[in-house]
Amino acid sequence: MILHFLTQAVFWFLVILTVGSAIVVVFNKRILHSAFALLFTLCGVAGLYVFLSADFLAASQMLVYVGGILTLIIFGVFLTARMYNMSIPEQTHQRFLALLPVLGLGGIIFYVLNSAEWHLITPMVAPTTENLGKMLLTTYLVPFEVASMLLLAALIGAIRLARPRKEDHDD
Amino acid sequence: MLETAITLAKIWGVLITLVGLAAIMTWVERKQSAVMQDRLGANRADVFGIRLIGLFQPMADGLKMFWKEDFIPPRGDKFLHTLAPILAFFPALVIFAVIPFGDVLRIGSLEIPLQIADLNVGYLFILAFGGLTIYGTVIAGWSSNNKFSLLGGLRAAAQMISYEVCVGLSLVGLIMVFGTLELDAIVRGQNELLFGFLPKWGIFVQPLGFLLFFPAVIAETKRVPFDLPEGESEIIGYYTEYSGMRFGLFYFAEFIEIIVMAALFGTLYFGGYNVPYLYAEGFRFPWGAEWNLPHLVVVFLQIGSFFIKMAFFCWLQVLIRWTLPRFRYDQLMKLCWTGILPLAVLNIILTGLVLMVV
Repeated sequence: MILHFLTQAVFWFLVILTVGSAIVVVFNKRILHSAFALLFTLCGVAGLYVFLSADFLAASQMLVYVGGILTLIIFGVFLTARMYNMSIPEQTHQRFLALLPVLGLGGIIFYVLNSAEWHLITPMVAPTTENLGKMLLTTYLVPFEVASMLLLAALIGAIRLARPRKEDHDD
Repeated sequence: MLETAITLAKIWGVLITLVGLAAIMTWVERKQSAVMQDRLGANRADVFGIRLIGLFQPMADGLKMFWKEDFIPPRGDKFLHTLAPILAFFPALVIFAVIPFGDVLRIGSLEIPLQIADLNVGYLFILAFGGLTIYGTVIAGWSSNNKFSLLGGLRAAAQMISYEVCVGLSLVGLIMVFGTLELDAIVRGQNELLFGFLPKWGIFVQPLGFLLFFPAVIAETKRVPFDLPEGESEIIGYYTEYSGMRFGLFYFAEFIEIIVMAALFGTLYFGGYNVPYLYAEGFRFPWGAEWNLPHLVVVFLQIGSFFIKMAFFCWLQVLIRWTLPRFRYDQLMKLCWTGILPLAVLNIILTGLVLMVV
């Protein structure tokens, strides 16, 4: 009984944390505050993965998004001159035009949620890592390798772009 | 119901132990540095004339921090300025949740695993929360509204991102040897024997891995050879604008990190709570001798072995802190990207080859 109550409390805490900080991300005027609020959104999503008993996914979410990507975003904001005091335009222009895609996207999400056949399964607290690893190296080997090739290409491209060109050298 | 109570009790126990040990570590650091520099060290704090080799110093420190003025830079960011010490403190503590400090304790029919959370993804959990420590430093640097703090935060971010990669990759070899991401399983695996007599500790199966993991972790904790983010001797780092208990939290987090990292070294590379040749029933020596021991004695020996290893690595970290001068920034980055990283990849390849042959 107490355990059930605790679980529910944690779940709702995570939901409020995720949605609340996501709202801050969108509506805050200072870009760095948005970036820091995103930290809590991503942590909240990782917590929700735990509730779906996707332990590996939750840990990778923390590792990749919170530990890696968000740090890079904040780093980028820091290094961009005058970026962290930049004010984002407050007023929304063309509200009616904006309404169209919002309603459209909302409609699609609602339709999918409504029409999908939801299979309710009892939550399994089974380790997922081993199966994931095996599937990534057998059934899904090609997409896995393609994704890693893409990342490698992006890495090399980034290094190429960041390097000073030959003619820029003074020496 | 009982399970929840036991878990809460374990969390409480670990928390109290860690905070207490961190307080003692501040004393150890002072005393050890004093011995190394031929001084007497912390010996002034006394209660009614009793000095107790300076053991009252941590208490005096704590009182001082509570009474000091808690200053927030007026043009800084108040909310983030308060949040930063919490974000620095929290991940250091949370990592200990997945470290097993003993085997299963049996009381009657009750089985209590001496570990808060036996996560299947313990290795990733450690890396994920280790990565979270960046935010405390970066947010502290930015919210202080001080150029030196901001630059300190930036140095911290660059350093920690770089060394996080090294920490992660240098551990992969160990994961390959034991075939699991679960810390408890890694510790159990280390109680097997190599060639019939050598305990299969991480240091014996992954010597190169340990040599790479150790400096990378020290760099992650931002202590002296790698203390560029805080610039301890010049105090031009990310917590320049902190005072009172807010600074106290940063200071405390550093010592908790030392303890947790020491526990991690012991757990991953030195057999964790294992004592060589000690199994659940007692000692089974490779030359055939047996010595059966009662269950409680075995558990006690295991927890003791865990704490001795932890104490050794705490001592080693303080020793390094007071021995080496600081790295230059380019040396720091060079060590990571052209030293540790390629060797870590080499270690993975070598481990793979050896595993294929064996």
